[in-house]
Amino acid sequence: MSTSSASMLEPPIQWNPPARGSVAMYCLIAAEASIFTIFVVAYIFYIGKSLTGPQPQDVLRVPIFFTMCLLSSSLTIHFASKSLRGGKVRSFALWWLSTIALGALFLAGTAREWFHLIYDEGLTIQTNLFGTTYYSLVGLHAFHVTVGLLALITVSLFTLFGYLRQEHAERVEVLSMYWHFVDAVWVVVFIVVYVVGR
Amino acid sequence: MSTRRKVNIANVVRSLSTQALRVVPFCGAVVAGFAEPSRSPLSPTNIFAPVSTPAQSIFDLSHFVLLVTGAIFTVVVILLTYAVVKFRKTRENTWREPAQVYGSTQLELAWTVIPILIVVVLFLAAARVIASIQNAARPSNALEVTVIGHQFWWEYRYPSLKVVTANELHIPISDPAHPTPTFLTLLSADTDHSFWVPRLAGKTDLIPNHPNSMWVDPHETGLYLGQCAQYCGTQHALMLLRVYVDSREDFDRWVKQQSQPAQLGTKPSEGRTIFETTACVNCHTIAGTPAKGTFGPDLTHLMSRQTIASGASSNTIGNLIAWIYKPDVFKPGCKMPSMGLSVQQSAAVAAYLATLH
Amino acid sequence: MSTELIAWPSSETATPQPFVGQLHQWVTTVDHKRLGILYILYALLFLVVGGVEATIMRIQLIRPLNHFVSPQVFNRMFTMHGTTMIFFVVMPVMFGFANYLVPLMIGARDMAFPRLNALSFWMTAFGGLLLYFSFVGGDGLYGAGNAPDVGWFAYAPLTSKTFSRGHSTDFWILSLLVSGFGSIGTAINIIATVLCMRCKGMSLAKLPLLAWLNATMAGLVILAVSPLTAAQIMLLVDRYLGGQFFDTQAGGSAVLWMHFFWVFGHPEVYVLVVPAFAFASEIIPVFSRKAIFGYPIMVAATLAIGFISMSVWAHHMFTVGMSAAGNTFFVLSTMAIAVPTGIKIFNWLATMWGGQIHFKTPMLFCIAFLFQFLIAGLTGVMQAAAPFDWQLTASYFVVAHFHYVIVGAILFTLFGAFYYWFPKMSGRMYDERLGKLHFWLFLIGFHLTFDFMHIPGILGMPRRIYTYEPGRGWDIWNLIVTIGVFFQAAAILVFIWNLLWSYFRGELAGNDPWDAWTLEWSIPSPPPAYNFADIPEVRSRRPLWDLKHPEDPDWHYE
Repeated sequence: MSTSSASMLEPPIQWNPPARGSVAMYCLIAAEASIFTIFVVAYIFYIGKSLTGPQPQDVLRVPIFFTMCLLSSSLTIHFASKSLRGGKVRSFALWWLSTIALGALFLAGTAREWFHLIYDEGLTIQTNLFGTTYYSLVGLHAFHVTVGLLALITVSLFTLFGYLRQEHAERVEVLSMYWHFVDAVWVVVFIVVYVVGR
Repeated sequence: MSTRRKVNIANVVRSLSTQALRVVPFCGAVVAGFAEPSRSPLSPTNIFAPVSTPAQSIFDLSHFVLLVTGAIFTVVVILLTYAVVKFRKTRENTWREPAQVYGSTQLELAWTVIPILIVVVLFLAAARVIASIQNAARPSNALEVTVIGHQFWWEYRYPSLKVVTANELHIPISDPAHPTPTFLTLLSADTDHSFWVPRLAGKTDLIPNHPNSMWVDPHETGLYLGQCAQYCGTQHALMLLRVYVDSREDFDRWVKQQSQPAQLGTKPSEGRTIFETTACVNCHTIAGTPAKGTFGPDLTHLMSRQTIASGASSNTIGNLIAWIYKPDVFKPGCKMPSMGLSVQQSAAVAAYLATLH
Repeated sequence: MSTELIAWPSSETATPQPFVGQLHQWVTTVDHKRLGILYILYALLFLVVGGVEATIMRIQLIRPLNHFVSPQVFNRMFTMHGTTMIFFVVMPVMFGFANYLVPLMIGARDMAFPRLNALSFWMTAFGGLLLYFSFVGGDGLYGAGNAPDVGWFAYAPLTSKTFSRGHSTDFWILSLLVSGFGSIGTAINIIATVLCMRCKGMSLAKLPLLAWLNATMAGLVILAVSPLTAAQIMLLVDRYLGGQFFDTQAGGSAVLWMHFFWVFGHPEVYVLVVPAFAFASEIIPVFSRKAIFGYPIMVAATLAIGFISMSVWAHHMFTVGMSAAGNTFFVLSTMAIAVPTGIKIFNWLATMWGGQIHFKTPMLFCIAFLFQFLIAGLTGVMQAAAPFDWQLTASYFVVAHFHYVIVGAILFTLFGAFYYWFPKMSGRMYDERLGKLHFWLFLIGFHLTFDFMHIPGILGMPRRIYTYEPGRGWDIWNLIVTIGVFFQAAAILVFIWNLLWSYFRGELAGNDPWDAWTLEWSIPSPPPAYNFADIPEVRSRRPLWDLKHPEDPDWHYE
């Protein structure tokens, strides 16, 4: 198939197709972004339209601390990835575990917020349009954080048992792209729910 | 990229222009074949037989659209047919590959720009009609009717005239010189429906929690048919529409009759007793009696209607009895339950209803 | 050796495997060729099932006030027919062909993610089985369950617990949710394969059009199936958690469901048709003996179609009461998408022009496609003019229009693709006379049914009605439409017979029975498991043309 006569006349072709893991992750992110867009649109559409029940401005408390946790976890995962690329596995492990801790803290914060909303304010998914859209959107995001955390924990288990090496840096980078996406979604959700919607 | 053979466009265009002149009568024939005078329609629901301005505007727009698409169709079909015939493999040319032509910038530009222009023209034509129908001013003498869609019947309320009826809509004729249109506000009590009487206007949906509005100004009296055009459940097919366009006098007479409460005798009949002691009263209203239900059609002037079950069958005493006895017989899956009456009881109730003119 | 569908290169082929062993290989395969064939066979099965559902409907509608089936059964039929044909026939068959052909055409050994490929297929397959299980298992709390009967676009609030008791709607939701994940998986795989697995020298500018078009389709799947997934999750929240997304009594919006659904629904039809364009773009050049006319603009038009298709969705909602401005915007975007689509028709025409047309079965189907897609596009333009659509939508006119696209364009090119690549997949030639018989029978049946179906629409017949009144002028047209169905059924039987007979008795095809130009024709038929002994290196869009015409290769001109 190769036209060998032609290759003698032409300089060798530079051939650098992109890596499949990254391409696949970008596509997955696009699909997930599409799903979140629909939930965000529904949330925005229903702002102010609840017929009864608690309104956002009455019951929502802005979760600054837990947002900071999640956003810093993007930073820590970035450093983790960088360490692994440089071959520093122990440094990687520390940054990675910090990421998990910060992510878990964020989830705990969400749980605490929901406990307060359900038991103290009487806001559930059935209460009104605000309840339905709020729990769905924040819940979908929390679900994605949970899935991400499970993946991160799996990687940390591999690290703890000594199976993770520098050559896995690219795959870890792909996973960290997912984590960055989850953070970016939170930025949007935060603005829509706690800033615009209140 | 270089083309290795030029396409002789000039010849093609010349032969096409002669063909194109045949398009106009062709399109006209297509539309004329469907357009019918209102007195003897090909179909009572023919969209190309308008009697009201919205339907007429659509009809006029459709001429233009069909002309343009017909022309495009004719041109491309001629080219395709020509290509398939002229460039087929024959015994003579089969031994070598034809000249490889990779593209032609002029051609590709031409067949990009011309469609864009066609699109712009069609878009402007459509936009004009959209505005003329949707943004039409509501004159002060317009009749207001509220249409409420139910599974599987139509409720009509005339707020200013204090009339409530079901399934058969009466509206006055509109003189094109001094229009008296009817504006319909469309609501729904349950799922999505759509009001479609093709000879009067395009369809508009009835969506719960989303009031819609449409208008008609028919300039010929008569009965116009249609039906629900948005799937709403089991009996979507038998949610028929009957719109009576009356002369001014007939309409005023109809309104006067519909505004009266039920004309009943002093002694309640057996049928009336059954009616008022069974759950019938939970769903139906008969003005002037204790029956005040609103879940089902208003029956106060049931005998003024030609059909029952939203057009599913004609309003005869036999059908009434069968309908009351077992609603499933005409409309399986309709929302009116069988009340478990015997045939004699059903006949008695039907006899009572038969007095409600 | 060629009695086996796929020749494995290992010693296992020396002694033929027992049946259970072969079955196990098929069920556990991650080979893109086998998965492709699994998708295609799955789709063929459901094509027959969906066709039976259509036949039942047409018999019921053959005359007014007929009693062939009850309204409840009819309503299930049109719901299942639409859902099946779109999600479990056309999408799987397109994924199947993409799976089979894309790696071969780009000189790769498999898709980017073979195991994801297998997972995606089995999820799609499970989704279809789940949908059909509803016939048996759909009995809900009130015995009111069964197959879903809410229409394939399942408008709210008909799908709420109030109006859809029982579990029929849940089967609709869950089966599509599951197969939707499978679709997204395959789409990710296709894009990763096209971007990352091309052989050396195959820049994107030299990518075969089939690969470009399937990558575009995959991009649309990623962007469009997700909104459906989101909307279905919302519907589940409504039905089971007391949510109010579409609960109109609580202030929810039925129109919001429509927006979400059609944001999926419109790009979805491009997901269905773009691979059909891919088949035409490969078959027409080979049987006209000319390179595709205007490759760059074909790519650009495809990308434009993909992009614009995300902005036209509300032309399905012209009657729901959007403002005049809203309606006008969607008229513009819908008419705009006609431009790149029309460009493609002209390019195919120009490919045939000055060529040497061989009227083999694949080409016959593609020629019919050109005429029929033209008509379908034009009836689409008619409906893009919103006021005209206010009469035509939700009537048999639009049913005729979209069947003209799905059957007249998509299914016709699909048949063309079957015949064109059957020699490659099976190693044998199909019977040409039976192929032509299939073509003519199907052509007659298609036109009898779908040409005349436009007329009841113009005469006011709405869709999704299980019966109709006499005296509306619809009777004769419905009769003709139903008669056409039987011609199509006969044609399908001829088709299946041809496939079966040729698989066992057809003459051996060799590598390149069509004298074609893309990489899949450079390897044996059927291809070995590893596809290419040596990964090829290419210099133009038609590597085999360069090999066959070393004195006048394509890369002199590209």
